[in-house]
Amino acid sequence: MARASRSVRPKGRRIQSFLRLARYTLFRGFAVWIALVAGIFLTIIIANMGGYVDKIKIAQINETVSASVFMNPAYQHLTSEEKRELIQKLVQLEIERLELDKPFIRFDRYFWKSRAFRYLADALVFNLGFAENIHSTSGSKKVWVIIQERLPYSVLLFTTASLIVFFASIFVALILSRRYGSVWDRMSVSLAPLSTAPPWFYGIILIMIFAAQLRLLPFGGFVSIPPPKSIWAYALSVIEHMILPLSAWFISGIFAAVYSWRTFFLIYSSEDYVEMARAKGVPGRALERRYILRPTLPPIITGFALMLISAWMGAIITESVFNWPGLGSLYITAINGFDTPVIVGLTMIYAYLLGVTVFLLDFIYAIVDPRIKVGGGSTA
Amino acid sequence: MRRLFGVLRELARFKAALVGLVILSFIVGLAIYTVIAIPYGEAVRLWRGGEGVWRYNPVNAEPAWVNYFTPKRLPTTRILSSTRDAEVREEALGKTSRKVYITYTFDYRADVAPSELALVYKPVFEKKGPLVSVTWVTPDGREIKFGRMSIKSVSASGAFWYPISLDKQLIRRFGDQRVEEGFFNDPNDPTKVLKGTHKVVITAFLFEPEARIETELVLYGTVHGLAGTDHRRRDITIALMWGTPVALSFGLAAALGTMITSIIIAALGAWFGGWADSLVQRLTEIRMIIPTLPILIMVGMFFSKSIWAILATLLILNIIESSIKSYRAIFLQEKHAPYIEAARGYGAGHLRIVFRYLIPKIVPMLVPSFVLAVPGYVFLEAALAVLGLGDPVLPTWGKVLSDAYGKGALFQGHYYWVLEPAFMLMITGFGFTMIGYALDRIFNPRLREI
Repeated sequence: MARASRSVRPKGRRIQSFLRLARYTLFRGFAVWIALVAGIFLTIIIANMGGYVDKIKIAQINETVSASVFMNPAYQHLTSEEKRELIQKLVQLEIERLELDKPFIRFDRYFWKSRAFRYLADALVFNLGFAENIHSTSGSKKVWVIIQERLPYSVLLFTTASLIVFFASIFVALILSRRYGSVWDRMSVSLAPLSTAPPWFYGIILIMIFAAQLRLLPFGGFVSIPPPKSIWAYALSVIEHMILPLSAWFISGIFAAVYSWRTFFLIYSSEDYVEMARAKGVPGRALERRYILRPTLPPIITGFALMLISAWMGAIITESVFNWPGLGSLYITAINGFDTPVIVGLTMIYAYLLGVTVFLLDFIYAIVDPRIKVGGGSTA
Repeated sequence: MRRLFGVLRELARFKAALVGLVILSFIVGLAIYTVIAIPYGEAVRLWRGGEGVWRYNPVNAEPAWVNYFTPKRLPTTRILSSTRDAEVREEALGKTSRKVYITYTFDYRADVAPSELALVYKPVFEKKGPLVSVTWVTPDGREIKFGRMSIKSVSASGAFWYPISLDKQLIRRFGDQRVEEGFFNDPNDPTKVLKGTHKVVITAFLFEPEARIETELVLYGTVHGLAGTDHRRRDITIALMWGTPVALSFGLAAALGTMITSIIIAALGAWFGGWADSLVQRLTEIRMIIPTLPILIMVGMFFSKSIWAILATLLILNIIESSIKSYRAIFLQEKHAPYIEAARGYGAGHLRIVFRYLIPKIVPMLVPSFVLAVPGYVFLEAALAVLGLGDPVLPTWGKVLSDAYGKGALFQGHYYWVLEPAFMLMITGFGFTMIGYALDRIFNPRLREI
């Protein structure tokens, strides 16, 4: 149907609708960007309550300055007392240069010069500073490099998990809504409370059963150690390690998702236009696709967005339970080692991830929502 | 009130809701009982007590009811005191010195050797402490002599602990067997316990006329109490019990606080419209991008791990919450309802309409989502504890889970340690969600029809 109507539509209207889409996306992108900046700024302020970020900075200055003084052959002839004095002087200079002795936020004409805004600018260009102890496998201590290294692992696990839960739940919910009141339907309703427990909780239980007791699957990790040589064996080992976290995610997510989609579809399938189509004799599958799924697509996508956002949050603990080498375990390592720059950096990255998720889904929303494509009442 | 009973009567029609109600009343009852039976200060003292408080408990013992499910009989801890369970005989040696024989005779019938052995000496002396030694006669007649030492000082409580299980001489003597197994297992079949009568004789030389000595022989069991013990000998029952009021108050307070502020803000935004509405909308979008859990982690790391600090942070973060969007949609519909027009007609002010008409109208609709939100916060508290950011003093379910996970309970097969807090978390979650889903069907008639 969609294809047919598009081919009928004149070319000018297509361009017009594309422009509208572009304008909408641009506008939403801008709004999300503003929200992102505000969110990161708030995060910085929260992180620096009690002057923690400042303390890190001063500690880093101390370290780099003393290293440079001790390494520099020009200062070799100085006694240690003189060296200490020199270091103190240099550190003081650096502190003054970075205005660490000034208040965090100034409320005067030059407020944008205060540190809060400089940190914000740093965070926005991923200049997240250096870690205290943690380093990347390549040996870098740059927080952004460390995070870059871990990010793909998290994305791999949690987008897979979210996608599986999302499509499985919609598929099952459609089937159940078709057979409203059957044994399966009633069972799915009574199983819904199983989803109250978060994935990490099921993770612990699954590890207990399948790793500790039955010894069938690994306790955690990304790949077996030492990693297999051949690429197929490697992939197989990764999949083996993904089974338990994915199942934990699946069990925790699927029941509530099926329940709410089922209710949702049931409500929509009792709409008048669906009854009308049914009376006209539209076959079941087509009815579902065109009359139930299509109009419900925007709320479904919103649901998916919320699911992805909660996935990013839930990932932290699930990863630590499964020792998955993503951002979540990095967080835990940073917490245990009190590596403040990494923690603050990761919090920023999570804000970014949420922002990007919100924006991407806004974009998909724009593509599927006919009101944006053909224009709402005001513009048409 | 009548309305409440009406709801309860309707709830009773749903089987799941009945189960949920039973679970919830159990949890609430347990919470109230706990707060009365073990006051806050006492719970904190016990949980932080460590070895001093829990010295007579075994390490990592399973709950005692495990005995009903295993064919083997597992031992509980036995404390044999010289004043009750032993024969004491004294012999005078010269003018000032005496020799005291403390003879324990006891039956051992369990199928597993004790988890640990210890002797507690409680001597009373002025300058020169007693010289003690032990002779252990096993049921098969082996005579093992050990622990010859003179006691020079005692702890503040007047006791001297002699951990038999750590005696180097005995460890060498029994080789690859544990010390307890050396004493209790059959030498011909080292995998089985030799049941029968043990005789332990403690010989003490007292060098002062006023000196006295009492002893306790502690046979640590492998099972203990209702819930077993953890790696620091603490009785897990206390944490399981105290976790209940903590989880309930945290979950309810977080869910309620979040909901109240969000409803008020959504209602104000929807009612006034215009810039107020768009401000609320933009703030909601910003809130979506602020990462909740990482910020809670930062607060826990930098400021305070106290559960109340975390709760306060959560409430402040959730003043504006993503659910405002759905509340707003409902309010926008309600805004044009006839009764609101009527209220405006008689001249009701803006705030009066918002607080007396709009909000009360939709509160019943939100009861289910309130009930459904509680378990999320209960699990959040547990999650923070699993991350090592649990309240430093309070015993909670999450902390037991975190201890268990951190101390490798899964690797070592101490499943009870993980399963017990998990069970409590799970039934609490179930209780709330079962009621929540049923309430959803009562309060949202559209769901009831289908």
